[in-house]
Amino acid sequence: MSEELHEIRLRVNGAVHTATVPARRLLSDCLRHDLGLTGTHVGCEHGVCGACTVRIDGRPMRSCLMFAVTAQAHEITTVEGLAAADGTLHPVQRAFRECHGLQCGFCTPGFLNVAAAYLDDNPDPTEEQAREAIGGNLCRCTGYQNIVRAVLRAAELRRADGMPVPEQAAPEDARTPGDR
Amino acid sequence: MKPPPFSYHAPASLPHALSLLAETGSDGKVLAGGQSLIPLLNMRLAAPAHLVDINGITELDRVDTDATGVRVGALARHSRVEADPAAAAAVPLLGQGLRLVAHPVIRNRGTTVGSLAHADPSAEMTAALALLGGSVVAASTDGERTIDVADFFVGPMESSLRTGELLVSAHFPRPPAGSGTAFAELARRHGDYAMCGVAALVTLDQDLRVCAARAAYLSVAPVPLVLDLTEPLAGRPPGTADFAAAGRMTRGRLEPEEDIHATAEYRAHLAEVLTARALREAAQAAIRTSLDPAESAREGAPT
Repeated sequence: MSEELHEIRLRVNGAVHTATVPARRLLSDCLRHDLGLTGTHVGCEHGVCGACTVRIDGRPMRSCLMFAVTAQAHEITTVEGLAAADGTLHPVQRAFRECHGLQCGFCTPGFLNVAAAYLDDNPDPTEEQAREAIGGNLCRCTGYQNIVRAVLRAAELRRADGMPVPEQAAPEDARTPGDR
Repeated sequence: MKPPPFSYHAPASLPHALSLLAETGSDGKVLAGGQSLIPLLNMRLAAPAHLVDINGITELDRVDTDATGVRVGALARHSRVEADPAAAAAVPLLGQGLRLVAHPVIRNRGTTVGSLAHADPSAEMTAALALLGGSVVAASTDGERTIDVADFFVGPMESSLRTGELLVSAHFPRPPAGSGTAFAELARRHGDYAMCGVAALVTLDQDLRVCAARAAYLSVAPVPLVLDLTEPLAGRPPGTADFAAAGRMTRGRLEPEEDIHATAEYRAHLAEVLTARALREAAQAAIRTSLDPAESAREGAPT
């Protein structure tokens, strides 16, 4: 049986890619197998572990719970898109390295994307907020303590880098689910 | 774990979507946020022949608040509803429940109306709609119909939506003046489905005495059950009302089932304790809104 194929165009990390995929191709598999962007890791494939988290129009989402055909209209950012073009690591990447926020590294791409997106909206989180921010991602090595530390350190590095704060980032607007 | 093959349709308009759903009939399934459907596909628990992807129908991506309450369109993501200040001011229960729905990353994609269509009795939004006595609008090529929440949830994962119908919006009514709401639940792990959850609504009269109290339950019944718990609280100011007695009223009126997460008895215990807790919180919120109506806006608004 031959399955119907779709010609798709995906915008990933600023570059346009094309691929020919069946409609059931998960975005996570498309990124890895069709586009060769293996930085996105696949853990549970049902939305629990968070390893496959990428950013869709800036917002973190599970790429295993999205079809590649549906992702066409959006700007996708994967872990490969975090570092600057000259190779300078993103503040969250530097912070994870500094704070030993990873061991085997399998879950790390998801954590990095979640943390980067969170800090864009909430540049100065408390420890509790940082913990809540990564609450949807699983790590089986670190015990999370160093990941929490890395998120807080990344916030410091971000500020030191003078990264822009969001338009609505006045402290009273810094929302997290855990602080209400 | 990969989804089984299906034919994919991406209509750009509501009429096109409805005609596709009419054509594909019981072989067709709507894809909105996909945060429940795609896991079911990945685990091969569902295998629809056709998926009608409504993500391109931008007219369904809306949240409208008026004097009657909040109307949520089929494509409004949980996170958008949660962050809408007008919706939060009109129906604080929305924000109180949405922050318990899975994790923020899931809420960025999952839709509130999709969660209702999925009719999972463990989902917070089903209890919120039931507590407030809301309604949904279903559309098909034959037109639209409004379904009261009491007629919508039929059983676990089963609604009265007919073949060929698309759930286009849900209406969460504004609670009566002098009301407060609260959500309390307990889950094994942060972000998991709750073993038991309670959404509570308490209304005070002009003398700040309880005149109505009810609660809606998740994870303890096949549908989001609503219990009227006014009797032990009626006429009492929240400070002396016996919320524990209202909690005990759940005994015998809920018949939770056992599963790997909790025994039936433990769930019944949770229902009793969480009922008292949610009612007390709702009553405190009702006092605040009664004393200072502007407070309700602040309470519901993102802080």
